[in-house]
Amino acid sequence: MTPLRTLSNVLYQRPNLYLALLLVTPLGWFGAIYLGSLLNLLWQGFYTFDDFTMAVTPTLTLANFAALFNPSNFDIIVRTVTMAVAVSLASAVLAFPIAYYMARYTRGKTKAFFYIAVMMPMWASYIVKTYAWTLLLAKGGVAQWFTQQLALDGLLQAILGIPGVGGSTLSTSHLGRFLVFVYIWLPFMILPIQAALERLPPSLLQASADLGAKPLQTFMQVTLPLSIPGIAAGSIFTFSLTLGDFIVPQLVGPPGYFIGSMVYAQQGAIGNMPMAAAFTLVPIVLIALYLAVVKRMGAFDAL
Amino acid sequence: MHSDKAPWGLRLAAWGGLLFLHFPILIILLYAFNTEDAAFSFPPRGLTLKWFTVALARPDVLDAISLSLQVACLATLIALVLGTLASAALYRRSFLGKESLSLVLILPIALPGIITGIALLSAFRSLGIEPGVFTIVVGHATFCVVIVYNNVIARLRRTSQSLIEASMDLGADGWQTFRYIILPNLGSALLAGGMLAFALSFDEIIVTTFTAGHERTLPIWLLNQLSRPRDVPVTNVVAMLVMLVTMLPILGAYYLTRGGDAVAGSGK
Repeated sequence: MTPLRTLSNVLYQRPNLYLALLLVTPLGWFGAIYLGSLLNLLWQGFYTFDDFTMAVTPTLTLANFAALFNPSNFDIIVRTVTMAVAVSLASAVLAFPIAYYMARYTRGKTKAFFYIAVMMPMWASYIVKTYAWTLLLAKGGVAQWFTQQLALDGLLQAILGIPGVGGSTLSTSHLGRFLVFVYIWLPFMILPIQAALERLPPSLLQASADLGAKPLQTFMQVTLPLSIPGIAAGSIFTFSLTLGDFIVPQLVGPPGYFIGSMVYAQQGAIGNMPMAAAFTLVPIVLIALYLAVVKRMGAFDAL
Repeated sequence: MHSDKAPWGLRLAAWGGLLFLHFPILIILLYAFNTEDAAFSFPPRGLTLKWFTVALARPDVLDAISLSLQVACLATLIALVLGTLASAALYRRSFLGKESLSLVLILPIALPGIITGIALLSAFRSLGIEPGVFTIVVGHATFCVVIVYNNVIARLRRTSQSLIEASMDLGADGWQTFRYIILPNLGSALLAGGMLAFALSFDEIIVTTFTAGHERTLPIWLLNQLSRPRDVPVTNVVAMLVMLVTMLPILGAYYLTRGGDAVAGSGK
């Protein structure tokens, strides 16, 4: 018997030892490196930062968490959450017809084509996609060319004039930033909705039609409610990814911090790690709350 | 019941959606060949290949490419080992804490990257570890594990238990069964998971900005270019290359895992 054989036989007879050996490395990595870092970070949120000496001292305080509710900090949170909600809603509206078409009207080669056509932009480099949008939205760029060709200049200017939505140019407007976010996270919404719709038994739709429902009624009362878990699952991604982003807000849109860019600035330029840690808690808590809500909508079964 | 033909409005929305998803990518492909120095104008005035030569002669570009390749290879390797071990442990037996363990594996990609990034940074600082290649790899490996794990566990679940029992009944021991039955079965799932992990690591920027220190991976190089728009044509060429490196693995992974329930990229 080779040693390898002896070892495999011993392990086969001792399933608990086998399991422990399998688990020790991944458990060690995630326990020590990942969870350890997270706890360390949250702990630092209680440290004191001295504004005058710019030094961090390990005196425990709740001041950082309290400071989150300062008007200026709270503004950042509201701005980020509003964007995350708007992006999730818009993604759901845009994703639904694509997912519905994929699930109901494509099969075989066409379905595979659609699937890949959604997956490729989803995986394509995040930073390059963002860069592409800076090119698209730039002055004299593609978006401007199209609006000029279609003679929609006036309309665009009118939209950019709306306070809270617009801005001086497309690439420095809330609208531009919103478009980039929707574009980048849209595929994350399409796939879960499509998966939910694929699971919808056609017999339900037949039954609904047999019982006299018009197509619109079937859609509103059968299809849409049964696809809610998919929408909820997709919104986990769109919501959470928008909430933590700091690259898009930096490159597109009007000035003003997002949660992500605030965390980045606090730990980097300002050197206030405790405040950065406190800010990090905001997305963690919001996402935990959000997960609790969507769990009730069945999102986890649709992931 | 629906007829087989979709209403034209739905068709338009679906194909229009696909166009929306691909249009910016096409723009990147187009602008890499633009003749102008300031490549913002549309439509382009002419097409050329000369920026490829210029870009690939730049030492900073080559350094960034080589660093990114190095990091992606190491992170993928670690992710393959940890992901396979975790899926082998979790796919059949149930034990105390199994649910929480699978949750922890998913957390690095479920929580925004900024949380992983700053948590790792603060931990490295507390331990006095200088940011560098090592810290980048640790960060990348942490969120790549779940990609391999998802692919391998899906394959393990689809591997018929009777195959393994048959092998054992025919006299193979545990090692032989692993070598001749389980491993060949996992092969393409490992390859697919590895390719996706590679693509994910090659393109990652959010965690990397925190763990990189003074090192510059290709995405960080790109980001720096954007805030200082000096040589747009070179940026365009590099952007196209990064785009291709991250998109092609998804095609490969799709063909390797086709025909199963393994949704290769479920959750980036």
